[in-house]
Amino acid sequence: MRQLQKDPLNLINVGVAGQGNVVISLLICSGLVREGYQVTFGQVYPSQQRGGTVINYIRISQEMLYSPLMPRRSADLILGMEPVETLRMIHRYGNENTLCVVNPRPIYSIDIAGGALGDYPDLEKLLSAIDSLTAKTWRVNATEEAKSLGNPIYASVILAGALIGIGALPLDEEVLKPALEKRFPQQFEANLSAFKRGIELVTAS
Amino acid sequence: MADIDIDIDAPGEVAFLMGNEAIARGALEAGIGFAASYPGTPSSEILPTIAEVAKKRGIYAEWSVNEMVAMEAAAGASLAGIRALTSMKQNGVHVITDFLGNIVMTGTVAGLVLVAVDDPSGRNSSNEQDTRPVARWLGIPLLEPGDFQEAKDMTRWLFDLSEELKTICMLRSVSKISHTRGNVLLGDMPIREMKAYYDLERIARLANPIGHQELLEKLARAKEIFELSSFNHYTGPENPELMIITCGSGWLYSREAVKILQLERRVGILKIGTLFPLPENFIEKYLTRAPKVLFVEEIDPFLEPGVKELAADLPPDSKRPVFYGKRSGHLKAYGEQEPDTVIEALASILCIDYQPGDAAYEVEADKAAENHLIPRSGTLCPGCPHKASFWVIKEALKLDNRYGFVTGDIGCYTSGLGAGGFYVVKTVHCMGGGAGIANGMGQLGRFGFSQPVIAACGDSTFYHAAIPALINGVFNKSNFVMAVLDNSATSMTGFQPHPGTGYTAMGDTTDVVKIEDICRGLGIRVEICDPFDIDDTVSKLLELMDFEPIPRVVVMRHECELIRARREEVPYMVHVNPERCIGQDCGCDRLCTRIFACTGLRWNSETGKAEIDEVVCSGCGFCADICPQGAIVKEAVRL
Repeated sequence: MRQLQKDPLNLINVGVAGQGNVVISLLICSGLVREGYQVTFGQVYPSQQRGGTVINYIRISQEMLYSPLMPRRSADLILGMEPVETLRMIHRYGNENTLCVVNPRPIYSIDIAGGALGDYPDLEKLLSAIDSLTAKTWRVNATEEAKSLGNPIYASVILAGALIGIGALPLDEEVLKPALEKRFPQQFEANLSAFKRGIELVTAS
Repeated sequence: MADIDIDIDAPGEVAFLMGNEAIARGALEAGIGFAASYPGTPSSEILPTIAEVAKKRGIYAEWSVNEMVAMEAAAGASLAGIRALTSMKQNGVHVITDFLGNIVMTGTVAGLVLVAVDDPSGRNSSNEQDTRPVARWLGIPLLEPGDFQEAKDMTRWLFDLSEELKTICMLRSVSKISHTRGNVLLGDMPIREMKAYYDLERIARLANPIGHQELLEKLARAKEIFELSSFNHYTGPENPELMIITCGSGWLYSREAVKILQLERRVGILKIGTLFPLPENFIEKYLTRAPKVLFVEEIDPFLEPGVKELAADLPPDSKRPVFYGKRSGHLKAYGEQEPDTVIEALASILCIDYQPGDAAYEVEADKAAENHLIPRSGTLCPGCPHKASFWVIKEALKLDNRYGFVTGDIGCYTSGLGAGGFYVVKTVHCMGGGAGIANGMGQLGRFGFSQPVIAACGDSTFYHAAIPALINGVFNKSNFVMAVLDNSATSMTGFQPHPGTGYTAMGDTTDVVKIEDICRGLGIRVEICDPFDIDDTVSKLLELMDFEPIPRVVVMRHECELIRARREEVPYMVHVNPERCIGQDCGCDRLCTRIFACTGLRWNSETGKAEIDEVVCSGCGFCADICPQGAIVKEAVRL
């Protein structure tokens, strides 16, 4: 078990219901538990199956079990599957040391789908705001990469790979492989390549 | 999904379990033989976790038709000597209180445990409500776990306790324990011999003063046992400035708040796991050590009045602390707690200046949020048949033109209250409540009431609680239409089987109880339609809305999109033909994006045209059918 740089290490994984962020949170958590950390995985999600914000709070410690919700300004890492939702988390939990991986692909909300409550914000300005409120942000075009791998659903696993790739979690590819295989027994190879693609995307630059 | 086999016999091994899985594991370690439940988030995963290994372990597990039957079935097993568990969300506990009020007087045989999971903030519920007062009201020994480990350990122990006391025992969990995950150390899996037999000497007495007296004796015994329980403990200085008295997830938040504010030398934490009857002597030992006490608990003040009652009985010369909590307003008596709410309460009571972050950062973050955030409300899924049903109901009500409306019910389709269901639903209360309300309104013609009333309920809700209301309508000749939005699943809670699905919790096939057969058996008119067939459904609804002093039923049947999507490819590839979409110039006023408002559709304000988000679109093709310009094109994928 690697010494944590900070204890607890707080990770938020946020997305829109249907993007699959719970699956990859579980993947990361089971890897961490196998390594011997105390992990709490809290969730806030809408009652409907699709459309709302899904927040996963992951607390990692070598000392004790932390609560399933996080205090304000305490996120060390934010994995954002959608840009607006990423900023929503930064607004409450971000700080000047937060590291962030963001998928810049917008998903419109029902509130603005018809333009009734305004448009989706200017994407470039939104992403710049995310940059300036974090210590470092990696933009990972996970949806586009996933489409090139054959299915947009791989975006979540690509993002998981990117999160491992930036090296801020005490986990590496080898630890997560068995969890990946258990979770996706039928499509293990495809998911493994998506995961590796995610690592490449943040380490190549 | 747990990362281990839930019944693995590996004492000492660490598993990463959801609180609900930990509860199921505790029941398995206790050697239960019987489990029955009705789905309700945040309790839904307990029963399937047991059902998954039921056959292997010689256990019986069922999804019952409602919580009342689940509770009674579990009690039946207990009375015949088999350890039994029933689990439900707070609303289910309302449904079973009549039975509970009687089983506490007659007693039980083998361990019988009720797990009630509350939903602070009501994120996945029609209401926010605390079930713990039921324990005090009816006299049920009650425990509340402070973490995932205790969720398992308490459940296991409650079976022994129930058996010792010969009464039903209750575990109260909340969504942030039940629906979140953490490390759990597994216990052993002892093999218990199970033989069911009802002792004919045991004749249930009707509840009378003797039954009540016996119950009070059992509760007195429970209190004695709780005095020694390791689920209650104190950590902190011998004489703290302030003592937090807490239970459940409030304990985790309190621990974290004390750590963040670095108050370990000033503040102590008295954590109570046995909530009713309270371990009075144990609490008394600590109560006078601090001049200030703060209560931290989820939803209602429950521990708070219990401890205050205790303080009122202290000898006259005792030092009584000043109490802070929900009554003093330092914590809100509604909404979910979190580390910040406890931090703020402590900071306010102890006059600590606490800022979580840099002030300049705070300003920048607020500015960014103001400039770039948009709201994101939850809604029905793309391709959802309920959305199609609400659309046709909206169309039919408009054509009927008598200000008709829908009395709604509990399920994904509760969204009919909002934009996702075009605001056609006007009332929602409880399971079956829409049909009951329609019964009353259906009698109001004599007072000049002329608005058509459509009681909407889902398929699972129909079996759960709408049938008695429908029978009442036939009996008393009430004028309403019942629309059963049959998507062939209990979707909102995770696709659990029900009497219409043809299979059981343990995966066995079973006879299908058809909704239309039940209705026809009542001698009333039943129409069946597919809400995606807009014209047919609208015309049937219009016919059924004609006044008739007897209920009429329309079964709007179309499989849940998420179930379909798991099985097969999308039905259609959908795209917008930009040549035909004339945007603002079309008289439709953006019917597809503004009114139908599926998240798979976007309005592109630059081009002034609608477009499909191919990542979100489920390919149902409904929007193509309603576009007046024929600009949305669906091409069949499946032949």
